[in-house]
Amino acid sequence: MAFQDGSPGNGPFAPFGGGNSGRPDLEALLTRFAGVSKQTVLGVGGLIVALILFFTSVYQVEPDEAGVVTRFGRYSRVTDPGLHFVIPFIESVTKVPVERQLKEEFGFRTVDPGVRTVYDDRDFLGESLMLTGDLNVAVVEWIVQFKVQDPRAYLFNVRDIRSTFRDMSEAAMRDVVGDHSVDEVLTVGRERIAARAKDLLQEINDRYQTGISIQQLVLQDVNPPDSVKPSFNEVNEAIQEKERLTNEALAEYNQAIPRARGDAQRLIQEAEGYAAERVNRARGEASRFEAVYTEYRNAPRVTRARMYLETISEVMPRLGQKVIVDESGANVLPLLNLNGARGAPGARPSGSPSGGAAPNPGAGNRERDR
Amino acid sequence: MKPLLTAGGSLLGLILLASSTYTVAETEQVIITQFGEPIGDAVTEPGLHFKAPFIHRVTRFDQRWLPWDGDANQITTRDKKFIWVDTYARWRIADPLLFFQSVRDERGAQSRLDDIIDGETRNAVAIYDLIEIVRITNREFEITEDLVSFATEEVVGDIEHGRNAITRSILEKASEVTPSFGIELVDVRIKRLNYVEEVRAKVYERMISERQRIAERSRSEGQGRAAEVRGQRERELKSIESEAFRQAEEIRGRADAEASRIYAQAYQRDADFYRFMKSLDTYRTALDDGVTLVIGSDSEFLDFLNRSR
Repeated sequence: MAFQDGSPGNGPFAPFGGGNSGRPDLEALLTRFAGVSKQTVLGVGGLIVALILFFTSVYQVEPDEAGVVTRFGRYSRVTDPGLHFVIPFIESVTKVPVERQLKEEFGFRTVDPGVRTVYDDRDFLGESLMLTGDLNVAVVEWIVQFKVQDPRAYLFNVRDIRSTFRDMSEAAMRDVVGDHSVDEVLTVGRERIAARAKDLLQEINDRYQTGISIQQLVLQDVNPPDSVKPSFNEVNEAIQEKERLTNEALAEYNQAIPRARGDAQRLIQEAEGYAAERVNRARGEASRFEAVYTEYRNAPRVTRARMYLETISEVMPRLGQKVIVDESGANVLPLLNLNGARGAPGARPSGSPSGGAAPNPGAGNRERDR
Repeated sequence: MKPLLTAGGSLLGLILLASSTYTVAETEQVIITQFGEPIGDAVTEPGLHFKAPFIHRVTRFDQRWLPWDGDANQITTRDKKFIWVDTYARWRIADPLLFFQSVRDERGAQSRLDDIIDGETRNAVAIYDLIEIVRITNREFEITEDLVSFATEEVVGDIEHGRNAITRSILEKASEVTPSFGIELVDVRIKRLNYVEEVRAKVYERMISERQRIAERSRSEGQGRAAEVRGQRERELKSIESEAFRQAEEIRGRADAEASRIYAQAYQRDADFYRFMKSLDTYRTALDDGVTLVIGSDSEFLDFLNRSR
């Protein structure tokens, strides 16, 4: 399941050197034909030999492959995609998928890639569990995508290249994760970790001369160990709660302060209004006074009397009851009911024959102060 | 009978040819033995080669880098941490002759490597603190605002060597021995490193309590911040309100003073007349039909009334 390229038998990790298998066949054929004398049989035999020779000498390299040809086991050439020939029994070819992007998974396994990819249920904690630089533990899953850049190096330098590659990847990832804190591994450091692990893995590949070029190293799920997970979630919740509390308080603040500013402005504006009114009234009344006073000075007595009487004549009709009290009491007219001043005096006597006059016959002394 | 003879002859020739030639693949190296005794140097050059037929035997060895993957070892570090250490190594047969003589084949080699590398790994790991084995450099951790880590207490001590130095020392130490088996050790790395189960549970507990502390602090930070914002709100509210009150009172006071000044300036020209005029105004506004007026007959208003009589 490791390299998703199908054809496991002819895959990149198939042991090298299956080209010698034709030789016993040839010997067997020769020995059999040596005992037969008939020409026709020889002809048929020759045809069969020719066919076998043809089919053992021709091979096809698929578009995403390269063919590595060896002669007597020794590297001879690399052939491009297309139809090619080898010398039968002397040369042999191994095909390497150079254009294909190969993938290795760590910490998980894809069982069936597709629209809804199926993953292996097992956990691969052996691969994914690692110590972080602050001596905590993280579960890191990642994939490596790579290409075979140098098919010759890929085939001839390292045996069991897949397990070697996986070993290298695990070592590289642990080197990098071991230099980061658990918080970095889980959050902020992900990209840097992937980039550094990729560089390191390429470095190791170059040193081992595997002919592999790392295309991409991508961190997949990175988690705290299962039993620790809830407490990590708790931290996230706490951070959310912190934000929520702060935001609520800020909302209250934003609700209250602008309104208070408005209220304050209203208060000040009201005071301004009051001030304007107060001053204008004062100015107006002062102006009036001064105007009247100017005229008053010209003829004080007359004006004073006029003003007094004018006021009386204006006020008096509006008043309710008017009672005139004679000081001496002996007068003919101790009471004058001015109630009906406007109309006939006798029009309303029935309503209040003695009116307000009766209650205070002896209260007349009051007015004397003036 | 002639064709039969030719056939037999050519068959014999072929067998002879097959027996006196051999190929060496790119991935192989070969030693030639004669009755079990090695003849000449190892053949490392790939291609077609010749040998004496029948008496010379070909023994093939791999020329590539070969895997070695040890079992995980439980090792105690210098600071008494119990860990599993899983190393891997790559090696090659540098001297096939010596290799053949000393360990015979790869199986023999693997078991020797087990002894050597496992031993050196134990030796190396046991003399260092755990942190030296985990870390490579002294780079400072990036600390996010939210998660100021408390864990660093334990890690404050700088590393002096680091994992790379340790694996290098394993490689060097092991490489002192392996050449005597014709083996060249090309790389040793720590593949996996883990706490033993009992310790792991403790570490998890520590991680949990650490997270809980962070969560707790985060929550109280939130509460603190909220209280701070609320306090600020109260303060600003009070300040805004009182400031507005102050300004309003000042404005009113100024206006009152101004009005007072205006009145005084006007009225002080004749206080008596002012009283007279103001009184008349007051009569106008204050007296209405709810009022009963009692007037003495000798009042000024009724002067003429009396006199005419």
